[in-house]
Amino acid sequence: MKVAHIFSFIFVMWILIIVGGGLLILFTVPISITGYGILDSFLTSGVKAVIAIILVIIWIYILSKIKNWIFHKQIKH
Amino acid sequence: MLDQIIPVVLVSAIAFFSVYIITPFLIRALEKRNLVVKDYNRVGGAMIPRPGGPSIIIGILASEITLYAFFPTIEIVAILVTTSLAFIVGIIDDRKTLGGWFKPVALAVSAIPIILLGAYDSNLAFPLFGAVKIPVLYLVIIIFMIPITGNTINSIDVLNGVASGFMTIASFTLTVSLFVMQNYEIAIASLPLGLVSLAFYKYHKFPSRIFPGDSGALTLGAMYGVIAIVGQVEVIAAVALLPAVINSFLFLSSVKRVIEHGQIKSNPVTHTDDFKLMATTDRDAPVTLVRLILAGGPMTEKQIGFVIFRLALFSAALAIITAFMMGIKI
Repeated sequence: MKVAHIFSFIFVMWILIIVGGGLLILFTVPISITGYGILDSFLTSGVKAVIAIILVIIWIYILSKIKNWIFHKQIKH
Repeated sequence: MLDQIIPVVLVSAIAFFSVYIITPFLIRALEKRNLVVKDYNRVGGAMIPRPGGPSIIIGILASEITLYAFFPTIEIVAILVTTSLAFIVGIIDDRKTLGGWFKPVALAVSAIPIILLGAYDSNLAFPLFGAVKIPVLYLVIIIFMIPITGNTINSIDVLNGVASGFMTIASFTLTVSLFVMQNYEIAIASLPLGLVSLAFYKYHKFPSRIFPGDSGALTLGAMYGVIAIVGQVEVIAAVALLPAVINSFLFLSSVKRVIEHGQIKSNPVTHTDDFKLMATTDRDAPVTLVRLILAGGPMTEKQIGFVIFRLALFSAALAIITAFMMGIKI
């Protein structure tokens, strides 16, 4: 039984969540757009949202690669 | 302290015993109306009453309304409204199988009361690194959160007892994490979810006497999502749900579109002569968590359930570690 692979995949996902959260904070917290009046907070939030979405896409891509690597034999079964 | 112990005991008792007592009556009522479905994994294919959602929602509503009498907070109102809307979505889907997109869209609409009531904080907290304020993106997260948690729980409701047993583990994990983070009011508000799941598990475990159906699974999943939002434990909730997230991730990455389980042409599992479950060799069949577990060889339905519970307990441990890590900043 290859359940150990699933445990390791869960552990990798957990690490990726923590690292991804750290990167999100690292990249987005310093962002503050000024000079556009009432649009400042909207633009700041929008840029943060775009960065977060890019990070999520990268996260899913990495996860997909790791999934194929960990479950190589099971997936092809 | 006493002012919190009384509601905890009362709400816990109402949540557990209402489902424990009502479900047998619901089973008989469903059997009488011939609202039964075939259990394909049972020898002979027994007919099992479905849905169990009504007893689950009664337990949740009774306990949360009682809690509201003690702590009249907007967060409890958000839990009540969104969970009830998710139940309605589920019961519609139980009665009439709708398209693959119906549930995600309808559940997204169910999340709107959380925004309208303002029962959220747009700071998204991560362990070790602190929080980030994302006002616009957080609204999107709310809208996506309820369909994701609802459908994630619904997608693991494939074997006897798995959805309710898994929810018991995940929701108690959330409660413990909320206590660790000293968010006591939401911790108490999350207790009914675990106790309702536990009481329903008594009838849902192998061999099932009732299935939760979409109304049961979506109700549990949506309530889990609301608690994650109003309790500001989104990341912890995601960690506790990881085995179910893996199931959805594997399914979607193999099928590559949002569809109903009933629309799948090739079954990911098949039966051996002695009625154990085994992974199919059909290349068109979707990859699921159960199929992955069975890659090591055939197992009984009960054995697979316990493997999933072991995975859930592992994720629960990681989630509680994450809760402790929330208090540490590097």
